[in-house]
Amino acid sequence: MADAGKQTMADANAKAGSQAARPLSPHLQIYKPEVNMVMSILHRITGSALYLGTLLLVWVLTAAATGPEYFAYVTGLLGTWPGLIVLFGYTWALLHHLVGGLRHFIWDSGHGFDLKTIDVLSWGTLAVSTLLTLAIWGYVLLSAGGADL
Amino acid sequence: MTMRTPLKTVRGLGSAKEGADHFWLQRVTGAANALLATFAIGLGVHLAGADHGEVTATLKHPLVALPLLLFLVSAALHMRIGMQVVIEDYVHAEGAKIALLMLNTFFAIAVAAAGILSILKISFGG
Repeated sequence: MADAGKQTMADANAKAGSQAARPLSPHLQIYKPEVNMVMSILHRITGSALYLGTLLLVWVLTAAATGPEYFAYVTGLLGTWPGLIVLFGYTWALLHHLVGGLRHFIWDSGHGFDLKTIDVLSWGTLAVSTLLTLAIWGYVLLSAGGADL
Repeated sequence: MTMRTPLKTVRGLGSAKEGADHFWLQRVTGAANALLATFAIGLGVHLAGADHGEVTATLKHPLVALPLLLFLVSAALHMRIGMQVVIEDYVHAEGAKIALLMLNTFFAIAVAAAGILSILKISFGG
């Protein structure tokens, strides 16, 4: 009977000690952090942050649709230092995820899998996203003359 | 480089019964987002420090409203299936997983709908 076979395997697994002290597959803490591994983790973290960040985007759009007073209130909040730090982080997360996505497109095409290129692409993702973020915020803060969203 | 095996001929598109649809939707919306997010960042930089009148006047323009609407749709699709993978990776209790996957869908649709409603309201002068 098919059931008899299943029963035997289940019994074997349920035997005392048979599941104890089996070697587990190695997890994150056992590896030396490599840059492509860190960028992969950051891609997921920035993606998750952007998921929540859409609330910020939609909040501003809703405020604009609501009226001048509420819009001034919301942009006033975003213009405070904590608000600006959140917006700066949002910008970096968006750009990091965007540039990381372009890197994944290169890999999707089947190119760039040799170790040296992987390192270059991974460091490049961090460098390009960070430089773009600084450039954008440098431009905004210099042209707008300070903390006014 | 080919990674195809005779498995490609298998009927039923794998255990999830949807083949590479998830993978492909993530790429298509990702490519769209790369363009549309770039536009949105440019718009944000352009409107930084602007008052309500300037912002609504800009958002009213069809060539601004349209890419923003497309961005909301594409981003909602992209983030929904992205978060789906995160949930499936980390939440193993079946009940909690199903509840979170459902909430994930609700969140993506609600956020997109709220943004779309706002843009349309501004566009039609409400």
